Amino acid sequence: MHIPDGYLGPVTCGVFYAVMLPIWTVASKIVKKTLQARQVPMLAIGAAFSFVIMMFNVPIPGGTTGHAVGGVLVAILLGPWAACIAITVALVVQALLFGDGGITAIGANCFNMAFVLPFVGYYVYRLVSAGTTDGSGRRVIAAGIGAYVGICAAAACAGVEFGLQPLLHHTASGQALYCPYGLRVAISTMLGEHMLVFGWVEVIVTALVVKYLQKQSPELLGKAL
Amino acid sequence: MKTTIKFWIGIAILAILSPLGLIIPAYFKAGPASGEWGKGGSWKAPMPNYAFKGWEEKSMPQLSFAYIISALLGVGIIAAAAFILGKILSKKDSR
Repeated sequence: MHIPDGYLGPVTCGVFYAVMLPIWTVASKIVKKTLQARQVPMLAIGAAFSFVIMMFNVPIPGGTTGHAVGGVLVAILLGPWAACIAITVALVVQALLFGDGGITAIGANCFNMAFVLPFVGYYVYRLVSAGTTDGSGRRVIAAGIGAYVGICAAAACAGVEFGLQPLLHHTASGQALYCPYGLRVAISTMLGEHMLVFGWVEVIVTALVVKYLQKQSPELLGKAL
Repeated sequence: MKTTIKFWIGIAILAILSPLGLIIPAYFKAGPASGEWGKGGSWKAPMPNYAFKGWEEKSMPQLSFAYIISALLGVGIIAAAAFILGKILSKKDSR
C-alpha cells in the first residue's frame, strides 16, 4: 500500500501533509496524556511489529504493494492515537532508509496506514465487542472484523488517491503525468486485492495475537477498552 | 517469561522469515512494485528495496540475506525511535 514518489501529484502530496500535521499534533498531545511510562516498551514493540509485518509484501499490478500492517492490533493494545504514532515511525523510516514509499507521499501513506487503518479498525472493534467481557470469543472475532475493515478502508483511500491523479494532473492532450489509472481501476485493484488476500492476513495476525493475549496477558488487552 | 520478551522473540522470528516477502512474489512472477511513471524523487534511500546499494542483480540467497539484515536494522532503528518518542511523550505521566 506504500505509494512511491512520482505516483501522486504535488497538490495531493501537499494536501495529505497538511492533513496529517494536525493529526500528528493531536496524537502527540493525547499520547502525552494517556501513555504510561510502562507502556513505552509496547509502543516500541508496536512500531517494530508493524514494520516487520509490512516486509511480507507482494506487488499489486499497476499499483503499489500489498501487505498486512498490524496497525489494528497496535490500536487495540495501545489505543488508536498511539498506534498512529507507532505506524508513522515505521513508515518514515521505511521511506527514508529503504525507499519503501516516497518521501513526497509520506503524508498520504501515513493518512492511509497510520490514521484511517488504526482508527477505522479500532472503532469497528469497539463496536462489535461492546458489552463483552475480557476473555470472550466475540472480542477475538471483533478484532478480526476490525482488522479486515480497517485495512480495506485504508486500501480504498489509497485507491481514491491514485484514481484522482489522471483527473488532477494531465497534459493538454490528456496524457496523465502521475498515476495514469482512473478511479474505477485504481479503487477496484487496491480494494479488491486487500479484500481477497491481504485483509485476511491482517485478520489472522490480529485475531491470533488477541486470542493469545486473552490467555497469557489479559492485562494488556483491558487498557484500550 | 514476560510477554514483552515473547513479543520481541516473535518479531525476531518474523525478521528471519521476512525473505518470504521476497521469495513468494518472485515465485508467482509478480512484477516490480513501481511502475514506469514512478521514477521521480530526489531522495536516494541508503538501502533501496531492503537491499544494499548496487545489489539489484544479486541472486536470491544474497538478496534474502540483505532482506534479513534490513529487517533487523529496521526493527532496531524503529524500536529505538518509538521508544525515545514514547519516553519523551510519557514523561509527565511517570509519577
